[in-house]
Amino acid sequence: MSQLSMPRPDPAIVSRRAEIVRQLKKLVPDVVLIADQEGRRTFETDALTAYRCLPLLVALPGTTEEVSKILRFCHDNHIKVVPRGAGTSLSGGALPLEDSIVLCLSRMNKVLSIDLPNRVARVEAGITNSGITQAVAGHGFFYAPDPSSQIACTVGGNVATNSGGAHCLKYGVTTNHILGVRLVLMDGEIIDIGGDYLDAPGYDLLALIIGSEGQLGVVTEVTVRLLKAAEGARPMLLGFDSSDAAGGCVAGVIAAGIIPVALEFMDRPAIHVCEHFVAAGYPLDVEALLIVEVQGSEDEIDTLLEKISEIAMDYNPAVMHRSQSPEESAKIWKGRKAAFGAIGQLSDYYCMDGVIPLSKLTKALDEIGWICRKYRFDVANIFHAGDGNLHPLILYNSNDPLQLERVEMCGAEILKLCVELGGCLTGEHGVGIEKRELMRVQFTEADIGQQMHIKAAFDPDWLLNPGKVFPLEGNRVQ
Amino acid sequence: MRVGFHAPDTVEELAYLVAEAADTRTPLEVMGHGTKREVGRLVQYGAVLSTESLVGVSLYEPTELVLVALAGTPVAQIEQMLAENDQELPFEPVDLGPVLGFGPGQATIGGVLATNISGSRRILSGSARDHLLGVQAVNGRGETIRSGGRVMKNVTGYDLSRALAGSWGTLAVLTEVAIKVLPAQREVRTLLCFGLADPTGVEVLGLALGTPFEVSGTVHVNGELARRFSDEEISRPGQSVTAIRMENFPASARYRASRLKQMLQAYAPALELDTARSRMFWDDVKSLRMFERTGRPLWRISMAPTSGPKLVHSLARKIDVRALYDWSGGLIWLDTPPITDAGAVEIRRTLAEFGGHATLIRAEPQARAVIDVFQPLDAPLMALTAALKQAFDPVGILNPGRMYAGI
Repeated sequence: MSQLSMPRPDPAIVSRRAEIVRQLKKLVPDVVLIADQEGRRTFETDALTAYRCLPLLVALPGTTEEVSKILRFCHDNHIKVVPRGAGTSLSGGALPLEDSIVLCLSRMNKVLSIDLPNRVARVEAGITNSGITQAVAGHGFFYAPDPSSQIACTVGGNVATNSGGAHCLKYGVTTNHILGVRLVLMDGEIIDIGGDYLDAPGYDLLALIIGSEGQLGVVTEVTVRLLKAAEGARPMLLGFDSSDAAGGCVAGVIAAGIIPVALEFMDRPAIHVCEHFVAAGYPLDVEALLIVEVQGSEDEIDTLLEKISEIAMDYNPAVMHRSQSPEESAKIWKGRKAAFGAIGQLSDYYCMDGVIPLSKLTKALDEIGWICRKYRFDVANIFHAGDGNLHPLILYNSNDPLQLERVEMCGAEILKLCVELGGCLTGEHGVGIEKRELMRVQFTEADIGQQMHIKAAFDPDWLLNPGKVFPLEGNRVQ
Repeated sequence: MRVGFHAPDTVEELAYLVAEAADTRTPLEVMGHGTKREVGRLVQYGAVLSTESLVGVSLYEPTELVLVALAGTPVAQIEQMLAENDQELPFEPVDLGPVLGFGPGQATIGGVLATNISGSRRILSGSARDHLLGVQAVNGRGETIRSGGRVMKNVTGYDLSRALAGSWGTLAVLTEVAIKVLPAQREVRTLLCFGLADPTGVEVLGLALGTPFEVSGTVHVNGELARRFSDEEISRPGQSVTAIRMENFPASARYRASRLKQMLQAYAPALELDTARSRMFWDDVKSLRMFERTGRPLWRISMAPTSGPKLVHSLARKIDVRALYDWSGGLIWLDTPPITDAGAVEIRRTLAEFGGHATLIRAEPQARAVIDVFQPLDAPLMALTAALKQAFDPVGILNPGRMYAGI
């Protein structure tokens, strides 16, 4: 982060800014172009706010054809392009470069069609994640992936990072719910991939595009699967004296053949911060708290929660409490969903996104505690226990450059630990600029080389979102 | 390199062979047990490279819902291991062996992932590809590469694993796969309606999927094909069969079946199968029993569910076709008369009106030699396909030409 370097800006491009603006105005007169410094300032960073860079200019197109014209122009003029949705990336995926045009799709936010008999919707990429569900909720349907930022983040951004969410244990992540996209390649070519049916023909290009962090093309339209909402859902709280017991309980539930719709874990610091912020009703005298949610009819929910309670008894729970009302359920989730905000009230935090095998939870938490003590930081841990995605939130002071440098080192050590334990660097936030240099911890040169060959197949000149995902050294845009 | 059959015992040896093939520009036929080797364009290869000797489960953590196996491990062996822990492969892979002249249960896990052939439960649980968490593979340069891992969530780098699923061995040779598994459902209930016309049958299936009851199987089978179900009560009437499956804990499965039965009263659901009979029914679907030894070409068509019956109706006016609709109409297994082109021209022309794609699964070699086995792609998509092939297999030695000419 603090020592982070980006590809060297091309002074020839930077010096041509006024001319580029003039040419684009002529080429795509209806596109909103933001060239003044104050306007560009809005786009200088994303949700990883430690890094800022003013882009050359910002373009907000309204149609796929405009996107195509802009990309073709940039391709011919060798101008870098940083695609952007709502800018909620936690890994710096939308960080501009000084000589880049930020292509922001937020104006393309329409629902194009809803086909309930076939359970699909076609939307523009700039629509928010919740916007899709809102459009179909009246009919009892929903779009399953639900990242915490769903009110703000765009489905195009979700495609770029293959976003998950609290309910992905049961429903899966973005890649499991996208049937088709309209993609504009860097040279302006418009390609339709997949459609309104399952499993696109030919190579699974969707698999590559989803999670490619805006490096292969710009997605302008998306066809998503819609699911029917469950009859009902209810969470219960399970408090334990140790993370070991909580982890054991999660394993016990799964071994009994129960896949809850959500299985969230919080450690003592996280519980305290959230409870003080929201008064969600969390117990304060436990080391680990599980929020377990199941779905179905009232009877089915009762039966499942009863079974889970029986299993939990084997792990000596200090607290077992089933939500008694929809209001209480909402409060329980409000506490969990407010976790980042609550911690943010206390301090700046550096949010990690590693993944570990569930069986390594206690070892991971012990070592994370030790690593953070070594660097003299407090840490709170939030864990999607069902899928192994661990979010240690390291508390630090971002105004202190020394702390910023130290917290990066601390975070890197934690992510290396996750890989050593059999996990990975990032479960849902993406590599971006943040974890770029750690890629070699998880991958060999051949692994990374293969990925770079794919990048080059889509974008031979490396103009789309360069300086992200791959270690800068040895990277084609270096 | 030596012509003939190679089945290396180690990944290192396999990588060496691929590198040697790349050096000598020897086209390799890549396969597991070869149960699906007759699917694809007719191509001459220099040697065969099989993963059948790469066998074994290197990791299975039931409470983490993950299993890692070498690519040549038989699916049957994995299913057995999972069953011992009350778990299963959620995507319920279709066993193409029997319709292609092999015995049941011979496919390898690598072959299943490389071809991404998912079964009836795909509508609820997702496809084979959706359950692929990570791979080790050897690309056309002879490099051993990894992507993904053994954890449920992973967005570290591009998702090469899922890109290799469904690439039919043309991009890289899968050597090891990590897959997500799920608890096996204890109670299975199947509601059956008889004698519904195709559009009505598919409408019923769509209604069932639009309920909150987590329907896990939806098929509609033409009358003539329905005669081949193992369960006599189902096959005897010779009427079309429309079937809806629910799987869950016993009380839930029963509750949901009864709710659904009420909702579908207008379509007269006449029979409810218990767990044992349900399993027999869905095993027939999984092994495509109704298409075994018919001597007719077999197509697999994916399209928007409500368009399925329209396609079949339109085709039926010109050629003699019989259809099994799965995925509530979104997947059609269609058999056609053994005419020269196996019906390809009509199928592709009619399909173009609706959108979707058709793959020829079974046909005589003469037919495979003259028609597109995989759905032809339009020019921009084909250019990207060629670029991707180049990125994985620059000299074109892995199953070259199997999916598309020159790729």
